[in-house]
Amino acid sequence: MARRVALTGSVAIVLIAAVLFYLLDFLFTAPPAISAVISGGEAHLTLQTVPSYGHAPDPDWVSYLAKDQDGHWVHTTIYKVPAHTLVTVTVYQYDTATGLRNPFLGQVRGTVGGVATYNGKVLSVLDPNDASHTFTVPDLGISVALPGVNNNAPNQCSAAPCPLSEAHTTITFSFMSPGPGTYRWQCFVPCAAGFYLGNGGPMQTLGWMDGEIEVT
Amino acid sequence: MEATSLPAASTAPPSPIWRELLGNYGLPWAVILGIVGYIVGHWVGVRITVDVQAQVETDQNDVAIFLGMIFAIFGWLGGLGFFSYPISRMLGRPPSHSEREDHGPWRYLRLCTDHKVVGIQYLVAVIFFFFVAGFNAMMIRSELTSANATLVNAGNYLTLVGLHGTMMLMMMSAGVLGPLGNYLVPLMIGSRRMAFPRIEALTLWLTVLAGFILLSAILLGGFPTGWTGYAPLADQARGGIDAYLVSFFLIGLALILVGTNVLTTVITMRAPGMTWNRIPIFVWGLAATSVLAVLAAPVLAAAIIMVGLDRTVDTSFFQAPEGGSPFLWDNLFWFFGHPEVYILALPGFGIVLEILPVFARKPLWGYRLAVAGMSGVALMSFMVWQHHLFVSGINANLRPFYMFTTELISIPTGVIFLNGMGTLWRARIRYTVPMLFALSFFFNFLIGGLSGVFLSDVPSDVTTHGSYFVMAHFHYTIMGGLVFALMGGVYYWVPKMTGWKLNEALGKLHFWTMFVFFNLTFFPLFAAGLLGMPRRVTNYNASLHTLNVFVSIMAFCLGASMLIFLVNLVWSLVFKREPAGANPWESKGLEWMVPSPPPVHNFDSIPVIAGLPYTYGMPDAPAVASLGPPRVAVPEGGAA
Amino acid sequence: MSAVAHDAGGPGEPRHGVRIATIWAVATAVCVPLMIWVVGPHIPPYNGSLQTKEQHDVNVTLASLAVPILLMIWVYFGYSIAVFRQRGTVIVDGPPDTGEPRIQVLWVAVTSVLVLGLAIYGTIGLLGASKGAGGGQGPNPLVKPENANKILQVQVIGQQWLWTYRFPQYGGVETPNLELPVNEWVAFNVTSLDVIHSFWAYELGVKADAVPGSNNIAYAKPLRLESFQVRCAELCGIWHGHMNMVGQVVTKAQFASWIASQDRKYAGVTKYLPPYAPYYYPVPLRRG
Repeated sequence: MARRVALTGSVAIVLIAAVLFYLLDFLFTAPPAISAVISGGEAHLTLQTVPSYGHAPDPDWVSYLAKDQDGHWVHTTIYKVPAHTLVTVTVYQYDTATGLRNPFLGQVRGTVGGVATYNGKVLSVLDPNDASHTFTVPDLGISVALPGVNNNAPNQCSAAPCPLSEAHTTITFSFMSPGPGTYRWQCFVPCAAGFYLGNGGPMQTLGWMDGEIEVT
Repeated sequence: MEATSLPAASTAPPSPIWRELLGNYGLPWAVILGIVGYIVGHWVGVRITVDVQAQVETDQNDVAIFLGMIFAIFGWLGGLGFFSYPISRMLGRPPSHSEREDHGPWRYLRLCTDHKVVGIQYLVAVIFFFFVAGFNAMMIRSELTSANATLVNAGNYLTLVGLHGTMMLMMMSAGVLGPLGNYLVPLMIGSRRMAFPRIEALTLWLTVLAGFILLSAILLGGFPTGWTGYAPLADQARGGIDAYLVSFFLIGLALILVGTNVLTTVITMRAPGMTWNRIPIFVWGLAATSVLAVLAAPVLAAAIIMVGLDRTVDTSFFQAPEGGSPFLWDNLFWFFGHPEVYILALPGFGIVLEILPVFARKPLWGYRLAVAGMSGVALMSFMVWQHHLFVSGINANLRPFYMFTTELISIPTGVIFLNGMGTLWRARIRYTVPMLFALSFFFNFLIGGLSGVFLSDVPSDVTTHGSYFVMAHFHYTIMGGLVFALMGGVYYWVPKMTGWKLNEALGKLHFWTMFVFFNLTFFPLFAAGLLGMPRRVTNYNASLHTLNVFVSIMAFCLGASMLIFLVNLVWSLVFKREPAGANPWESKGLEWMVPSPPPVHNFDSIPVIAGLPYTYGMPDAPAVASLGPPRVAVPEGGAA
Repeated sequence: MSAVAHDAGGPGEPRHGVRIATIWAVATAVCVPLMIWVVGPHIPPYNGSLQTKEQHDVNVTLASLAVPILLMIWVYFGYSIAVFRQRGTVIVDGPPDTGEPRIQVLWVAVTSVLVLGLAIYGTIGLLGASKGAGGGQGPNPLVKPENANKILQVQVIGQQWLWTYRFPQYGGVETPNLELPVNEWVAFNVTSLDVIHSFWAYELGVKADAVPGSNNIAYAKPLRLESFQVRCAELCGIWHGHMNMVGQVVTKAQFASWIASQDRKYAGVTKYLPPYAPYYYPVPLRRG
């Protein structure tokens, strides 16, 4: 009898441990959320896109990174912004161009003035063949295509986080954040190298090319 | 003499645990060699694809993963000792490994060719994976309590959905055929064994392996396609889909093998006197299921290989830009997928029609009609699969035809209800737990079947396809039908298989909570689908929030009711162990004429069958078989 | 062994068949009108389009037919469970009925007729005025509205994970928003750029799978000025459940001004779009 109790008990403990591992180590894992920097009633988000993450054991995929309030680059795509505030986003883009699958997404949408600033030049449409990534929030109608660095540019970035000394393009745009809620965002360039149609892997994983904007 | 759970124990002194676990072929070695095999195969795969660009760029090497899993399969089978018999015979040596051990609890962890041991191993495996899949369902419902915010991140949610669906379907395909089929078919037809005992053991261990490989998808990044594995998305997915593909392939293989085994057994190994119209209806149900399994599963296996080739060596079977077609996967998968759901449903019919006469104390009404109905369902299930594709862009001329065949299949399916109604007419019903489950089958399957008529009508299907209406339909038919029938079968036959009774009070509590909460969980989902909620989403219209919260709470209660079942099993079979005797239900079936549990050789001498086992109300009818004189003294309550 | 021989049922045995039939008839007489006139109007989908009206009618008809069948089984089983029970603790057998061929034949005949009738009814609904009931009919639809090539054509492009719409009759302009004129037929030409999606416009009763390399045509005629939800009904990856948007049915004049404004707004990008085609194979074709 004691043996049966011991056996049943140990099986139960093993199963509960397995369940806990499943929940904590897989189901409930998510990238950390970083908050936009607030100054003067406006919010500022600084992001970068890198061609290869370069830190094992994580895969070596393309990724977005974000700067947190202490100025450190964090590997996450979950951003917190305050509601009904002007949010200015600066993206340092280090990857080469792949081109848009649907050229329509070269159109800048949902930003203040319907434009974005590309390396100082103000544009409302980006040539779709130049796009390396996009920052698109479909539910808010915001979409900005991000141009790539020249394939032959010297000094290209190889591992995140990339410093400003390496080849990059700079894009800035602003939008008004809506009321509270969680809004998903994604990249629309099929930039997942090696995956069918370029839409697998990082394009379907939070923390890489997909994320959420939590408006509070 | 006190009835014991196991036949006469060996007189050798018991070995220490570590020697039992590691000194013999068995599950521990299977796991070890399986993992070693995966590592070796993965390494080989990486070596041979070292300069293949796609494998390098994606940071996951599908060739390595597939090769690793293939090596793991061989390691697993080797660790269980499947190669020892063929190799020793090839070398001309007598087989060294005794596979038909007839004593010791350790044989349940090993390759055992006794069909009764395999049946119990299957039952434990099916129940284990059922709870794993059910736990995933609880997590799905937790996520759906909120219309927007996410508890589980969006990528992992799809893996949850895929794990729940795939694991349930994989396990329930062999859910009756495996445990109850392997255990009971020889006993019911008067045979000492199945036709292919070693293949029988193989199907069990492949099924267990498939379950573990599917779970390993978690370690490979999950898979986003759900159980239907739709092809262009499957080509794009991360390494977890390789686990899905390999495990589903193994299940397909197991289905083919178990179907062949059951069919061959039923055709060739019936006892003298068992003509075709004396075969118990449960065995007929399994025979019809086996025909489906043997004919449909190969199509799935082929389709899976094609996706595997797309992912590894760059073929384009399902890739439209390169000349392939996503419609190919649609059709291949559903050509298997529709018979698959009848593989799930038919055994449920068999169990219910087998149980009903015992507790209604009346013969099965319309036996030949029931057989015709099951055969009709099996035959027609190959002619309806396009109803999954009504709005997919298939040739519009086909739609009225498939609408017609799908509606037509409700005729043989409906025949089961007539059998049930006829059996209950002026019966003397005893409300034991198996009977409660059998009766609830009719209630649930009616709702499931009628909702299927809605779905078969194309105009109605336009809104309900791909929505929660379909979800409710198949949960009513498969869970309300098959799982409830399986529960009935478990409560009915476990006393025979183990010699111990399951607690009746706990069983009734389990039944009532399961029945009530099942209906409260799934009935509102018909409304959710009609109101516009698609399947496999975390995000839904805010107006459906209250409904989803209600359904989730009911689902948690349903999960709790399944825990009652688990408690009943553990309490009754591990701790209480109240002896059941040979025939606790006063049934006239052949399997109830031998002791509980049956001796290793089932029957002392092969019985001679006298008729159908449904001679209730016929006091002059002979027993279903004459067993001949026993060779050894049997405990009281054994053969009549 | 069974304990006691069966109870043959003597002259005092009530006429169960008559009782069951009566209960069923009364229940049917009450419930079928309830279904048709009280519950029926609330069964979705509602009157957003000609197609949802057809679907609604089919749903109400099927539900009204299902009610007598449901009641028959429930009444029979309920009666049996209540009345045909073992009384006391001694196990008694029932009468040794094994089947009655006439009842079996009648049952199969009645169900066959019902099924045949349903199939004919469904086909008529599908091929009738609703022109396919809003379902996608593939590139060669079987039933089309009159002047099918003159009606408004909307190409629905599904991509991971967004719906965009192109209007070939308006210069091939592409827009992520959708407005449709009321009381006018519209042909949805649904295709995909990557994996299989499914365009589901709920209030319009339209569902058509978006398959890459294929054009799936569905017809609808919106009847009310209302907004409609668009959702994706085929699992397509991580944001499948978020591939939602809201369209609007507006008057003809409002539609004309809307499409002109979209033309102006997206003029900058229209020149980059490929020429309008039933389906597209945009690069990158294969792996990244």
